[in-house]
Amino acid sequence: MIVMTKESLQILKEQDVILFRNRVKEFATKIGMSLLNQTKLITAASELVRNMLKYANGGVVILEIIGKDRVTGIRLTFTDKGPGIADIRLAMKDGYSTGKSLGLGLPGAKRLVNEFDIKSEVGKGTTVTIIRWKNGI
Amino acid sequence: MKNQSLKFLQKSKKHLLETWMSNQMEDQALREDLMSNDELRNQSDELLTALLKTLNSDNIDNTQSKDFEQVSGILSDISVSRARHGFSPRETAQFVLSLKQALTQTLEKEYTDDPKVLLDSYIAINKLIDSLNIITFETFIKGREEVIIRQTDEMNEISTPVIRVWEGVVALPIIGTLDSMRTQIVMENLLQEIVNTGSTIAILDISGVPAVDSLVAQHLLKTVSATRLMGAECIISGIRPEIAQTIVHLGIDLSHIKTKASLASALKLAFSMLNVEVKRVEKNRQNNG
Repeated sequence: MIVMTKESLQILKEQDVILFRNRVKEFATKIGMSLLNQTKLITAASELVRNMLKYANGGVVILEIIGKDRVTGIRLTFTDKGPGIADIRLAMKDGYSTGKSLGLGLPGAKRLVNEFDIKSEVGKGTTVTIIRWKNGI
Repeated sequence: MKNQSLKFLQKSKKHLLETWMSNQMEDQALREDLMSNDELRNQSDELLTALLKTLNSDNIDNTQSKDFEQVSGILSDISVSRARHGFSPRETAQFVLSLKQALTQTLEKEYTDDPKVLLDSYIAINKLIDSLNIITFETFIKGREEVIIRQTDEMNEISTPVIRVWEGVVALPIIGTLDSMRTQIVMENLLQEIVNTGSTIAILDISGVPAVDSLVAQHLLKTVSATRLMGAECIISGIRPEIAQTIVHLGIDLSHIKTKASLASALKLAFSMLNVEVKRVEKNRQNNG
């Protein structure tokens, strides 16, 4: 896998979400991603970034354009130093939320992207990595 | 800084003002289009008078002290007003920095023979003007931020109009991202307008919402529930194909809500709910006549 473009963004307040989303859109347009896949990626990114703000008071996102076997895609890595998730299996279940929301953020985001990886350690923080390929289903 | 050189500065106030003014006039960054020279002179005079009155050998090192309240007040007013008038940060900083030049030039002329006093006052003046400059900077940015906050408020206000499209039907086109604060405004406006117009149907158009994530959906659901509590029915329109697919993948259940692809079809649904029919009238009379 090769990384073609890399950028990192600080997310500290709600206004940063819009800025970040526009940046993701720019990246997606740059590699010629279809409107549907763009919307899916942006929505997934939006869910994860909101989680980061809500539970960990912000963090850092790394945006990358990556290539593998002649396909291009976008990889987003969300890193925070929040409280961490005690039970990832439970957090990935539809409708489970500790914060009075719909409980669709994490499982929904997973369904919207091609690759999804979550690592968390209680008291240390959480890292979520998602990849959406240009023409992946 | 010695009292002696301070006294000298206080005595030569008039000369100082002239030097400062001519420094400002020579500067490339002079903005006669934004502020007249008379106004500039008044500002400079006010600041210089206050500064010279405040200064004594004890407080010159400490601009945070109470003595400087008046000076920093004047300075803040100046930089805030400059920020609002559209001065650049460079131009605003230059205003204070050119005073430093005027002060040092005047001292230089007087104390050419006494390098020790000159150096001493030089250092003191440098420190003083630098901290004044920091005040200018802080307040300039604060002034700009106030402008941004005001614009955000205005944008929130104007971006949520409730339109009465028919007797008993109100529509609310939402443009931009729905965050918690906007949802609050949208909901308040909508509910108030339902009361004012006695409407029974409300159409929420989300064509202008770039992305519907679970938070936005949750806000929409809340708005719909509140509308229902008021005895009105809510239709969500403007759901684009890619948004529809994304909502399904996210797993959001909107099946108990009436949704339509366009505002036109939502209006049609509203008409049928109100038992109103829109017909094309044949213009027979014109042909006959």
